[in-house]
Amino acid sequence: MKTRFPKQGKFGDYGGRYIPETLVPAIEELEENYLKFKDDKNFKKELEYYLKYYAGRPTPLYFAKNLTEKIGGAKIYLKREDLLHGGAHKINNTLGQVLLAKKMKKKRIIAETGAGQHGVATAMACSCLGIKSEVYMGYKDTIRQKLNVFRMNLLGSEVHSVKSGSQTLKDAINEAIRDWITNVDTTYYLLGSVVGPHPYPVMVRDFQSVIGEEVKKQMKKINNKTPDTVIACVGGGSNAIGTFYPFLDSSIEIIGVEAAGHGLKTNKHSATLSAGTKGVLHGMMTYLLQDNEGQIRETHSISAGLDYPGVGPEHSHLKDIGRVKYHSATDREVIDAFLLLTRTEGIIPALESAHAIAEVIKLAKKKPKSETIVVTLSGRGDKDVEVVEEYMKKHVKNKK
Amino acid sequence: MSRIKNKFLELKQKNEKALIAYIMVGYPNEKSTISAIRGLVNGGADIIELGFPFSDPIADGPVIQNASNISLNNGIKIEKFFQIIKQIRKETDIPIVLMTYTNILYKIGYEKFMQKAKNAGIDGFILPDMSIEESKSYVNAARKSKLDTIFLISPNTSTERIKKILKVTSGFLYLVSMYGTTGMQTKIQKYTIDAIKKTKRVVNKKKPIGIGFGVNTPQDAKKFLSLGVDAVIVGSAFLRLIEKTSPKKIESKITTFTRSLKNTTR
Ligand SMILES: Cc1ncc(COP(=O)(O)O)c(C=O)c1O
Repeated sequence: MKTRFPKQGKFGDYGGRYIPETLVPAIEELEENYLKFKDDKNFKKELEYYLKYYAGRPTPLYFAKNLTEKIGGAKIYLKREDLLHGGAHKINNTLGQVLLAKKMKKKRIIAETGAGQHGVATAMACSCLGIKSEVYMGYKDTIRQKLNVFRMNLLGSEVHSVKSGSQTLKDAINEAIRDWITNVDTTYYLLGSVVGPHPYPVMVRDFQSVIGEEVKKQMKKINNKTPDTVIACVGGGSNAIGTFYPFLDSSIEIIGVEAAGHGLKTNKHSATLSAGTKGVLHGMMTYLLQDNEGQIRETHSISAGLDYPGVGPEHSHLKDIGRVKYHSATDREVIDAFLLLTRTEGIIPALESAHAIAEVIKLAKKKPKSETIVVTLSGRGDKDVEVVEEYMKKHVKNKK
Repeated sequence: MSRIKNKFLELKQKNEKALIAYIMVGYPNEKSTISAIRGLVNGGADIIELGFPFSDPIADGPVIQNASNISLNNGIKIEKFFQIIKQIRKETDIPIVLMTYTNILYKIGYEKFMQKAKNAGIDGFILPDMSIEESKSYVNAARKSKLDTIFLISPNTSTERIKKILKVTSGFLYLVSMYGTTGMQTKIQKYTIDAIKKTKRVVNKKKPIGIGFGVNTPQDAKKFLSLGVDAVIVGSAFLRLIEKTSPKKIESKITTFTRSLKNTTR
């Protein structure tokens, strides 16, 4: 596994470790164990086994012929993370971390979840590998993603509904951190994205990099080249960095897509990199959506998984140095993209992933047919059909 | 010399320990904050710790979370906070420490924030999410403005690390008594007693040790003091009292409760 392990966990100014002292020994223990096991032959073999036979890797790189023809420009390929067990890329990370937690002899796993996909992936990995799990989820998210709450319960995970603050992902993380502080000796905190204190942003990136590594190999097989552009949606940024990381040293175009909600000019969005400022939250320095006194703002996105006022510190760095471009898509554009992909390809994308589709719809027509664009389809949209139905009732005339 | 350091010297001469009292600014409103502070001063508190709310207080339990929310919903702002301090400073010379989270200082800029804080009459800071690895510019800015940086340690902090933390700590060292967030009400654990012993050994009287999180009653205070700490820090218990007291009675009720706590330190 290729790793840039930044000194003191910093990407430029970003990242680091802003944590209560109680967590320091736990974080140091985690870093030590991660460094020990990440290149360990047996650990890697075990992880590869579960990724292949349990999660369903490698995922296909699918040529979206109908969508390509409909848009009329560059060739669009979809990296089908939606086909993974559980329905999203999240399982790449949870299998890795649960295996690590077991090596560390932890007895209990806690996690936060937004859309519920990381919670489901945690519950699955924990059930499969035989360890107890509890998941924190914002009350608002338990309503809009209630199917996933039920799935977690079925899988044997206890779901704690979080009623503090904005009752979404950031508050679920707060509550998970409080639990961790209280049960620091016995409990492993399984963070679901490339956020939080070092080494989480590095470790989760490494576990998700399997996405980009596969894309590289698969594209090479298809046309003996690298893609000209890769696109992924950015919430905390794990599917995005997992896609981008193996291409960072090349010169290809890389685009991350954030949630513009009702629009960047309103306060109802979650486009942290496009509209945020530097600050400290959840143990890291990174771009944040905050007011000018440092209070974290409430965010909005039609997709619960992108509804977060922070972003992984490596993305903040990649934005500043200009290696990755960060664009955004509004709720409206996302619904249109969701419908278009569903109808042209028969693939129902997660609303999170539909942000990346919205971007490729805008971009592909400006590019020649000879170019290829890879879009990471981070998850499937079954969890979202109710939200989409409601949105369409309110806003969209049903064009059959 | 800093007001905090002075206070500990003064208490030492009197053979007393320190009572450090925490309340949240703007909870339940500005007026009650002033009444509560008067109560703390009248009751004999030695140092006041004022909480400034942050939207995401990860080290705090339900009582302080709730107070933070109410204060934020009341529209408390930094400038208002400094005004309140300036007003209090007309009445008392008691050491005042600001407890909040890193982002509140970072957003305005450590140096700028420190200058304003100094100007208003603040003596030091407690930031529960500031680890020593990230603390260089924070500590430098505080030294420049001659303000104290109070760092926290936990029962699981290693001896080596306590030594490192001591180097950047001034005022006093804050020992978190247990694994958990603020406001927990539990019996004193064996690991806490061990932590106090270890901390005393490592600190070796070079700096005062205050213990907080889980000190709720005079009985708690007495027990901790008998284990040899230099200060007890009481927070959530004051907020609980404020919550159930009508605004007019806040000053007198706080005075009485403070007195009962202060008596254990003599
Ligand atoms: C399908 C899907 N895509 C993307 C995300 C956003 O997370 P990240 O940016 O870490 O990939 C989520 C989070 O819940 C998700 O469920």
